[in-house]
Amino acid sequence: MKLNRTKSFGTALLAGAMAITLAACASNDAPAATPDTGSTSDSTSATQEPTSEETTVTLSGTLTGAGASSQEKAMGGWIAGFGDLHPDVLLSYDPIGSGGGREQFIAGATLFAGSDAALKPEEVEAATQRCFGGEPLQLPLYISPIAVIYNLPDLEVEHLQLTAETLAKIFNREITSWDDPAIAAENPGVELPATGIIPVNRSDESGTTENFTEWLAAASNGAWPHEPSGDWPLSGGQSGAQTQGMIDTVSGAVGAIGYADASRAGDLGTVAVGVGDEFVPYSAEAAAAVVDASPAAEGASDKQLTIELDRATTASGAYPVVLISYSIACSVYDNAEDAEKVKAFLSYVASEEGQQRAADPSVAGSAPISGELRAAVEAAIDSISVG
Amino acid sequence: MTVGTPPAPVAAAGPRAADRRTGSRVWGGRVFAGLSYGSGVLILLVLAAVAVFLVVQALPALTADPTELEQISWFRAESLLGYVGPLVFGTVLAALLALAMAVPVSIGIALFISHYAPRRLAQGLGYLVDLLAAIPSVVYGLWGALWLIGVLDPVMTWLSSTLGFIPIFAGYQAPAKNVLTAAVVLAVMILPIITAVAREVFLQTPRLHEEAALALGATRWEMIRTAVLPFGRSGVISAAMLGLGRALGETMAVLMVLSPGLLFSFFLLKPGQHQTIAANIAAQFPEAAGLSVSVLIATGLALFVITFVVNFVARAIVARRKDFSGAN
Repeated sequence: MKLNRTKSFGTALLAGAMAITLAACASNDAPAATPDTGSTSDSTSATQEPTSEETTVTLSGTLTGAGASSQEKAMGGWIAGFGDLHPDVLLSYDPIGSGGGREQFIAGATLFAGSDAALKPEEVEAATQRCFGGEPLQLPLYISPIAVIYNLPDLEVEHLQLTAETLAKIFNREITSWDDPAIAAENPGVELPATGIIPVNRSDESGTTENFTEWLAAASNGAWPHEPSGDWPLSGGQSGAQTQGMIDTVSGAVGAIGYADASRAGDLGTVAVGVGDEFVPYSAEAAAAVVDASPAAEGASDKQLTIELDRATTASGAYPVVLISYSIACSVYDNAEDAEKVKAFLSYVASEEGQQRAADPSVAGSAPISGELRAAVEAAIDSISVG
Repeated sequence: MTVGTPPAPVAAAGPRAADRRTGSRVWGGRVFAGLSYGSGVLILLVLAAVAVFLVVQALPALTADPTELEQISWFRAESLLGYVGPLVFGTVLAALLALAMAVPVSIGIALFISHYAPRRLAQGLGYLVDLLAAIPSVVYGLWGALWLIGVLDPVMTWLSSTLGFIPIFAGYQAPAKNVLTAAVVLAVMILPIITAVAREVFLQTPRLHEEAALALGATRWEMIRTAVLPFGRSGVISAAMLGLGRALGETMAVLMVLSPGLLFSFFLLKPGQHQTIAANIAAQFPEAAGLSVSVLIATGLALFVITFVVNFVARAIVARRKDFSGAN
């Protein structure tokens, strides 16, 4: 399927280059694409072409990035998709971790970076120097919802409803049984088993843990006494290495509860978390909504689209347990080639096609960014210039 | 053994062109001697290179101030020693538990193959045991994580509920991701090595000793006890040390089976109490940078030293019993 899509996409490009009007291109392409399963995405990508029309001038050379491992899977999809557009560009991404990625970018070893955290003020300064005087770009292009997963196969309801406060007490081992009054109060009419609760955490340092504990700390009215951290603060409990280990551990015992990338929840139950007066189950739209509902972070600009995630949001329909990972690049490069390559790549990542590719559960299962955010991101990308 | 001796039968077989052969024999001898010297030196160089690498890379962590180390998010100890200590404890505990389970079974299998089983069965069985050794550790890890944990769950639930008054069996929590499960997986992994070596040693028991024992009226079990086991003891010890070495360094299987924790704890059934050095490195390395890499390498250095000590002790034991055994 992937190959097919590649081919028809290649024809779309060729047609785009040869046809005089883009409308003609889209209508030419339509019949060729119909046998594909991804016909809708093909046609959208064809209409997306205007942005990359000038980049049909073949780009070549290497384009290196490094950083957050959270983006690794999405980046794999983007590398493949970008490779279809610009087969001569050797794009690579080294998932060495957010800190290492920012370090390498500032040192000038890479052209872009992925980072779960925004640049710190002193890093912005250093990055401006590295960017030949231009402001660094910080674009929230990877939004990954984190699901709170539980293993209660006999439960009748689709989503157990839990507030951050109750979840904080569960993970802090204060609530130890599933039929605890606190849980029952939030789930009226649900028959809860008297099973013991087995909280499960990630055993390795992880951005998922960091974002989850950040949410617990921000939204639980002080029920979570620990500092947010990528390393789980409590010891002596069940844990699993990597997302797969977490899923296996939660699946391994009835009564277990954990947290993981939403795309990996599988058959496990997922919690609808308390937001304001309602309970919001995870969905891609709800995850994108919290990003839109969050205010810009201190020091943000039209190039640095950093967000102060409002974890304690009460916005209706927003799902606040998300991981945001930024793509960091320069607004000024010292040669046209680098500038064009970075521009083309980021445009692709921000495009509907790029976001959809990452959203595919077999790629990363992320939540596509909203149209509002895309407009801002595209404006920032367009500002990339040669200094 | 002198260098020139092995080709002797060849020379004897062909009397023609003896001079040329003598020439090539001399050359062959030199080349062979050079190659063996080279290999011997090479292994020392590799060992030295590993040791130097570990020390150099670990140095920043060894010399770092505790306040610097506390910057690392997963570093929650007072000092480097405080971090490495529980890891060393967990590593040695898991390996010793595995050894305690594997050695008796291995000796049983080895004796069955060498002294009890009919010849045909023995060959097939020996082959199967060797095959176990060829399974990659990540496969053992998968087997442990996806199958064994479920199977051990009722066993451990029972163990904890009936023998829970003994502290080491207290506090079991499902799923069975505890050090005992990890030790069971490790035991299965080291079983083939110990069995293979023990079997070879038992087979070398001088026939005369065995027959003498039987002639004196010993039963087969008494013969094994008086002739085979004493003869094979040092061999079995070296076999156990080989197995221990593998158990100490095993990474993937432990990583996949154990819920880690950094405590000095003898609760074998509780999750989140122990962690081994190798699994810890594998778990933390992907996101590590700078000083945290040094800390991990320092733990690797500790593992290197432990395995060295284990081998050293094993050598010493074997050497002391050398006079009574032909198995070294």
